[in-house]
Order: sequence, then C-alpha cells, then structure tokens
Amino acid sequence: MLDFSVLPPYADLLATGALWTVLITVLAGALSVVLGVLLALVTLYGPKLISLPLRGIAFLFMGTPLLLQLYLLYYGLAQLGVLLPAFWTGVMGLGVHYAVYNADIFRSAIQSVDEGQMEAARSLGFGRTAALRHFIIPQATLTALPQVGNNSIILLKDTAVLSVLGVAELVLNAQRGISATYRPFEFYFAVAVLYYLLNLAMEWALGRAARKAEAIR
Amino acid sequence: MTSAAPMIRLRGIRKSYGSHEVLKGIDLDVDQGRIVSIIGPSGSGKSTLLRSVNMLEEISHGEIWLDGVQVNSALTGRAFETHINRIRQQMGMVFQQFNLFPHLTALENVSIAPMKLKGKSKAEAEALARTLLEKVGLADKGGAYPARLSGGQKQRVAIARALAMQPKAMLFDEATSALDPELVDEVNLVMKQLAAEQMTMIIVTHEMRFAAEVSDHVLFMDGGVVVEQGPPEQVLKAPTQERTRGFLRKHLAQ
Amino acid sequence: MDVALIQRIAPFILEAALKTMQLAAASLAIGLAAAVALVAARMSRQAIWRGLSAAYVSVIRGTPLLVQLFLVFFGGPQLGLNLTPFQAGAITMGLNIGAYMSVGLHGAIIAVEHGQYEAARSLGFGRLDTMRLFILPQAAPLMLRTLGVNTVILTKGTALASTIGVVELTYSAQRFVTSTYKPFEVFAAAGIAYLIIILAIMLGIRGLESLFGTAERGRV
Repeated sequence: MLDFSVLPPYADLLATGALWTVLITVLAGALSVVLGVLLALVTLYGPKLISLPLRGIAFLFMGTPLLLQLYLLYYGLAQLGVLLPAFWTGVMGLGVHYAVYNADIFRSAIQSVDEGQMEAARSLGFGRTAALRHFIIPQATLTALPQVGNNSIILLKDTAVLSVLGVAELVLNAQRGISATYRPFEFYFAVAVLYYLLNLAMEWALGRAARKAEAIR
Repeated sequence: MTSAAPMIRLRGIRKSYGSHEVLKGIDLDVDQGRIVSIIGPSGSGKSTLLRSVNMLEEISHGEIWLDGVQVNSALTGRAFETHINRIRQQMGMVFQQFNLFPHLTALENVSIAPMKLKGKSKAEAEALARTLLEKVGLADKGGAYPARLSGGQKQRVAIARALAMQPKAMLFDEATSALDPELVDEVNLVMKQLAAEQMTMIIVTHEMRFAAEVSDHVLFMDGGVVVEQGPPEQVLKAPTQERTRGFLRKHLAQ
Repeated sequence: MDVALIQRIAPFILEAALKTMQLAAASLAIGLAAAVALVAARMSRQAIWRGLSAAYVSVIRGTPLLVQLFLVFFGGPQLGLNLTPFQAGAITMGLNIGAYMSVGLHGAIIAVEHGQYEAARSLGFGRLDTMRLFILPQAAPLMLRTLGVNTVILTKGTALASTIGVVELTYSAQRFVTSTYKPFEVFAAAGIAYLIIILAIMLGIRGLESLFGTAERGRV
C-alpha cells in the first residue's frame, strides 16, 4: 500500500525545499525580532498619538488568521499595483505577524528591568536613549529570549503556509513530487519528518542560548 | 573660607511630593577634598538630598552647583539633557543596591562609560578599568559577571565603575546597607582609601563609627531639615540638639 | 473601498463564518477529549503510557498543522481513510490542538503545590479523589486560561482547512476575490468576521474566569 522507495529520486527536491524553509525562517525570524523591539519601544516611549493606534492594529493581527493576513498582503499589494515576489510577501507577512507577538514579550521584558539600571546609567552620564540601547534593551533581550525563541519555533512551522502563495519551500516542493508520483502520504510523511528534525535542531540551539543567557542573569 | 568656590554647593534645596515636603530648604558647601557624611532616620530626606545633587531627583526650589557650574540650569529639552549628562559624568554615584549591569562582566561594567561617553578606545578604557579593579582589590575578577560576585565585590566594582569617569566628586547612597556585616569592611576600606586621596565625597550612611572615622563634617537630618551639623566629634560625640541625641541613643543601642 | 460589494457578500460571509464556528466547535470537542486522554496518560503510573503521551505531543507540536492536514486528507485514502474535508479538518485540528492543550492542562495541575496532594493522601483520599476534590478545583483557573488561549489559536487555525477544501471563511473570501478582484474589501470583511468570533470567545472565557475567580479568591 505504502511505498517509500518513491522518495529517493526526489531527495534533492526535498532538501532544497528544506533549505528554503530554513532561509525563510531565518529572514522572517530576524524581521520579527527587530520589528518587535521597535514596536515595543514605540508603544512604551512613543507619543500616545502613535502608540494607541499601534495597540489597536496589534489586536487586528492577533485576532485574525495568519493565512488571511498573507492573502490580504499578497492580493492587496497586487491591487495597489505593488508586485512583490511571493517569497518576499511571505517573509514580510510572517515577520510582521510574529513581530506583533514579540513586541508584547519585549515590552514586558523591558518593564521588568530593574529601575536601578536606568539610574546607574544616568548617574554615569548616559542619556536616556543611550541607556536604553546599552543597558536596558540588552538585558530585556536576555529575559525575552526563551519566549521569543518559542515564537521562532512556531514561525518555523508556519512557513509551511507560504506554499499556498506559491513559495517553493518544503511543502510546495513535496507537492511537485506528489503530482509526478501520486504518492501524497509518503511525501507528506517525509515532509513531517524533516520539519520535526528542523524543529528539534532549533529547540536544541535555543535551549543552549537560553542556558547561556540564564548563566549571565 | 578660601577664595575658590566649593566643589559642591547647595542653596535652599526644597522638594515636595504633592503637598508633602521632604526637603525644606537645605544649604551645604563641600570644598574640594572634603568628606561630608549625612546621617538621620529613614524618611529624613537624606537619600533624596543626595540624589538631588546629580538630579536623579528633581528639586522644586533651590540651586545646585558643581565646581562653579550650576547643575539645575535654566536650560530645557535637549540642551538640558546634554548639560545634565555632562554634569553627571563629573560626579560618580554609588547605590545601595549596587546596580551593576548584569549582562556585562566586571571589566565591561567599568570600561563601558569611558568608551561610550568619553570616546576612549577599547584598549585604553580596559587598561583604565584594570587599574581601577586592581585599586579596589579585584584585579582577578575582571572576567566575572556580577551574578558570580559577592555583595562586597559588587559594590567595589560599582565604585570602580564610578571612578572610571574620573569624577570631581563621589556620592555614596548607603553603600554598605545592603551588605552582610562581614562584607562591610572591604567596601569601607576602599572608601577610606579614596578619602586619603582627597576625593570630594558626600556619604549617606547609617554607620556612625565609619562616619566618625572618615568625615570632616557631619549633617544630621530629620523631617527634611538639617537639625545639627559640624565636625564629627561634635555632632556624634557631643550633640547639642535633643533630636540628635535621641537618634544616636536609639542607633547605638541596636 | 467598495461598500456595496461588502454589503452584497455579507450574507455569504455570515454563512461561511457559521461554518468556521462549526469547524472550530467540532475540533474543540475532539481536542478536549484528546487533551484529557493525553494528560491522564502523562500522569499514568505506567511508563509506557507516559512515554506514548510525551511522544505524541512532541511529534504533533514538532510538525506544521498544514502538513498534518495534507497527510490526513490527501494521504489518508492510501490507507483506506476516506474523509470529507470537514471531517478531515475537524479530526486533524482536534488531535493537533489536543496536544497543545494537554501541555497547558498538565502545567496547571503540577502548578498546584505538591503539599496539597500530600495532605489529601495523608488523610486517606485515593489518587482519583485527591485529583477530583483538591487538585483540579485549584488548577481550574489556570486550566481555563490555557483552554481559552488554545481555543483562540484553534479558531484562527481553521483558516488552514480552506486548503483542503472546507468552505469556511477564508475559502469563501478567496473565492470572492477571484470573482470580484477586490481583495482588500473581501479579506477585510472576512477579517472582521474573525475578529468578532475571536472577541466573542475571549469574552466568554472572561465570563467563565470571573465565575471561577470567586473560587480562586476563596483559596487559603
């Protein structure tokens, strides 16, 4: 009934897909962290005129499905005449989606940094922005690391959704193999195994980083 | 009185939280190389006064001067920000809770301010930091993160961090209050060493013996006013005010 | 912004929203059953059950929901498993969210201080009675929170069922986009429907929480 010997000829295709999945995870993950920190800072220290609407927009992101957001971005940008490759639409959509979640984490991490840290920096003559940059944000990053890492692992799995937009990552490449062999179970099973391994690798790496961060704190 | 202006001059310092006045008009002159200790019960306003000197606390009225420059100048916005940062670079502060930067090693804690604020090279700042760590007896702890240091060691790193900006004066806010008794001496020793080097210092403390030993001048504060001040042998040994006597009696009984 | 279009498609969006809610409700029912079974196995005295539970949770949480949906719906027939899109969606998403919920529920149980367990056992209560009478009531507020969070995640996740042909909100929206070429209006309308459903769930959870909150305040 099942015949896994159909897979080896497509090993290259699957491996390439897995590489793209990793690349998307890295790019979207980096965007979600950088943008997340910026969002946290603006909503904490920015003028109310900006921070309040941003909170509202954040709720729109948290209250609707990622797939719908990706569709809106993909077809909506096209409607506006902006033709972005599906790959970059996907990276942007995933990055912004998780930036909203990461912003919450960074915000509470920044707020949890001891007030004495700001005072010590100010007493040395650092300005507010410099103090944030050199002392508060680095410490908040250590605090936020486990949760942000967790989000990055969820992001890894959500990259599968980009196949729907036509991004040639792991799932789409598997579908190419399926349309040639009509063996969906074998291919999706292999895909699941690959995701599981990527997931394990990421958990291991983040666990190591978290232990290092814990040693410093 | 010499012709030179005092290093630190406070005039008519007042501060209120809402309707509650915590500082009710304080004057103080500290000449270069002098050491002033401020004692008093908790809530007397002594820490608030110290924190006003570098404007970690904003005052409601009065004037603060450092080496002939007014600290609470009339500047506003960005200009004031630049001004106060420059002033603070010339005044070191040591906190009760150390407030070391936990994500930096001891050496980095000491070297970061000269590097980022004075534009010193990494090599230069680290050489300076090593000298200062050696001076506070922690030459071998440069690579350690604060979490790995004892309270006494942390506070000595904090002193080195403040000294790294080569300040004109040092402010100590209950520097030994959070320490286990057996760790107090190592910090006091460093402070005495600074005193011997003619560092201008204001020390808020509850250690009467240390205040008597090290200071040139002692202020006893209570309820936001200076109740009594003078040389330590007078204020601590032969106080003229009943409130001072009561405080010292209670304190020495403990 | 084409308001007339939104008015025209509103009835269809509403219908699709009902489908989304049905799918979420069916998945939730399966998910709750799976979660309870997984927690029970996780706390079993036999290592084999604990191991199986842990392995299941690890595999489910370590692979994408989309791949799980494809495996069941497209791969299932190879194993003689012929399910309608709705069935495949509800079963897969239920078994998926069940794994996540079991982690939260187990966490809520072990967050109850161990002394509570020992006190009940020292009085002579059995394992099940201890759980039922002392541990679960104390774990309830935290359990409710984790169930709420996961229900929201599940509901948003139902959008993925559109990829196996369940005619729910996202699927309908997409179909309207291809026929009208007005992606912004159509997806915005669908988004609003999702927001209303999610808000309703959050309010419902909050209502339940305030019910249980009184129980928590009574804690010593």
